[in-house]
Amino acid sequence: MVRVLVCVKRVAMVGARIVLTADETEVDVRQLGFTISPHEECAVEEAVRIVEQRGGVVTVLTLGPIEAADQLRDAASIGANELVHLVTDGKEWDPSATADAIVDALRRHEDLNGPYDLILFGNEAADTGDYQVGVRVAFALGRPCVNGVKNLVVGEETVVAKREFRGGDELYELALPSVVGVKEGINLPRYPSLPGRVRAKKMAIEETPLEGHRGPVKLERLRVPSEPRERAEIIGHGVDAVEALVDLFEQWGVVA
Amino acid sequence: MGRRRLSETTHESTGVVLCLVEYDDDGVIDSSLRAISFARSLGSSSNTPLVAATVGAVSPSILTALQTFGVDEAIELVIEGVDTYAPLAWARSLEQLSQSLATRAIVAAGTDRGNEVMAYLGAATGLPMVANCLRASWSDATTIALSRQRWAGSLIEDAVFDGVPALLTVAFDGVAAEPASTPAPTKVRDFHFSPSEDDLGVKVAEWIGRGGGVALADARVVVGGGRGVGSEEGFGPLDELAGLLGAAVGVSRAVTSAGWRPHAQQVGQTGTRISPDLYLACGISGATQHLAGCRSAKRVVTINTDPDAPFLSRADYAVVGDVAVIIPALVEAIKARKSGRAGPA
Ligand SMILES: Cc1cc2nc3c(=O)[nH]c(=O)nc-3n(C[C@H](O)[C@H](O)[C@H](O)COP(=O)(O)OP(=O)(O)OC[C@H]3O[C@@H](n4cnc5c(N)ncnc54)[C@H](O)[C@@H]3O)c2cc1C
Ligand SMILES: Nc1ncnc2c1ncn2[C@@H]1O[C@H](COP(=O)(O)O)[C@@H](O)[C@H]1O
Repeated sequence: MVRVLVCVKRVAMVGARIVLTADETEVDVRQLGFTISPHEECAVEEAVRIVEQRGGVVTVLTLGPIEAADQLRDAASIGANELVHLVTDGKEWDPSATADAIVDALRRHEDLNGPYDLILFGNEAADTGDYQVGVRVAFALGRPCVNGVKNLVVGEETVVAKREFRGGDELYELALPSVVGVKEGINLPRYPSLPGRVRAKKMAIEETPLEGHRGPVKLERLRVPSEPRERAEIIGHGVDAVEALVDLFEQWGVVA
Repeated sequence: MGRRRLSETTHESTGVVLCLVEYDDDGVIDSSLRAISFARSLGSSSNTPLVAATVGAVSPSILTALQTFGVDEAIELVIEGVDTYAPLAWARSLEQLSQSLATRAIVAAGTDRGNEVMAYLGAATGLPMVANCLRASWSDATTIALSRQRWAGSLIEDAVFDGVPALLTVAFDGVAAEPASTPAPTKVRDFHFSPSEDDLGVKVAEWIGRGGGVALADARVVVGGGRGVGSEEGFGPLDELAGLLGAAVGVSRAVTSAGWRPHAQQVGQTGTRISPDLYLACGISGATQHLAGCRSAKRVVTINTDPDAPFLSRADYAVVGDVAVIIPALVEAIKARKSGRAGPA
């Protein structure tokens, strides 16, 4: 029996060009769908696989607006068993405050049901990319943590985690209970089954409302960076373009 | 414990900017040169000296780089009893060192290790940590105006930030490695730190090398394939082209999600960041998260049936057409030129 908790964040699926709100302080999400970021999708899949092998419970937690329940249900549709929602007013939370709120919720749960053997995070959130919520949670709980993990083997007392480093793999052995930040590529997440979706729809979500808060970094404005390239020069259409393309390759020294 | 308040320390009154520097067998890594350049620019906004810290000895080649990049003082962190990467121990040693220097900002590269050590440092000190910075300068004694990347660089945030010391990591791309206008006469000293057992709860146990193939991150030429390649088998001609060009194959997330190719070949925000001389992107639409991985490519050529695909606004050259037809023709044309150049007997 293992108890695994996975933290996921609801993020917008931005397309080819990001559109901002008129006051340039937020991404205009009115036309956008939402998702769990890819690293975290893999973390959920990894947790489900571990529990399929060893027996146990997968709990998924999110801190976010009321709509983030959709992302919890997405996780449930591929096999998560318990859903925890720390409900905000939708304003952005900084990583330190996010970690504090997650730690509070974790302590509450662990007091009631015992410790989670493993707590999984994504390597970094897709939108803000702060690279720290998992480490902060681990430190507060006094548990070991390693980020960027693309291979994980859970034993009885320890986990062995690998991450890429300079053309090879670094290997870490962490004592359980521990915290791991997962990278996409650790597995290929399954698609939800129809019964999975139906089950997820009916599942209870534990909701805890949170007060709003202000972080130490005061955002002044967002902007879309100017790109190094603009419109491409069209070399040609179809196979007619091939000779001209090889000419360019020769000119650039690509074809030796 | 191992902390030493050295009497020759001259920075007590003004404080310093402290930069964690990573290196490999070839010397200071490129990301750290960018981080040093960023830290120097922050320091020069208020005449604050720049101190670099390395875990382990400063070799002659590291010292040359630190001089070239205008580092005033180099500190070898000696973490007693460990000779591998141990993020909390590294963070604790930086914490102690920074206390002895009246540090105003601590900077690291936005690498796996840089971000992780700084996250631990933030956790251990309760200070905020700001990742992916592009630019920063002090607007008064404690306030920093900064720009940082969001969405892996598809968006930039301008913000102001109070906190001493400021903990900052530097974006993977978007900050240039720029030598100082005049080299600095970098002094070197060491700083000893004895970690507790808790500080060593996480450390690298082993490193396993992996041989073979052109590494995607370092490849000079990358042949990229997206959903437009159509199938796993559709990659045959792309592989052949890559072989002819000595290139690595890179793919979009649509391709790895379909299971056509392993994730190790994915280019983008959640895959590998590439910076080749040439990126030939075939049947890839050009989503922001894909472009985030190839922003530092020198030249980009894209092949797409759709002349309005977003990639055409982010490439130097484009061919409009079907990958399944163009790539085999390209392979034949290159072979013909190669054999033509070899010359008839
Ligand atoms: C948080 C997050 C992170 C992400 N990270 C990454 C990442 O790291 N890397 C990544 O790639 N994606 C990433 N994505 C996914 C990304 O948004 C896109 O969905 C993905 O890049 C699309 O892949 P694609 O261009 O191959 O497919 P599509 O968008 O489907 O495009 C296929 C293209 O091929 C063209 N085409 C079709 N047939 C042919 C043909 N026969 N010949 C020539 N052209 C043809 C089409 O016109 C189209 O432009 C991420 C998404 C999110 C939300
Ligand atoms: N609002 C949130 N709710 C739940 N988990 C989160 C939240 N924000 C961040 N996380 C988790 O922490 C990881 C690292 O986030 P960050 O430090 O913001 O890059 C993410 O991949 C998530 O697993």
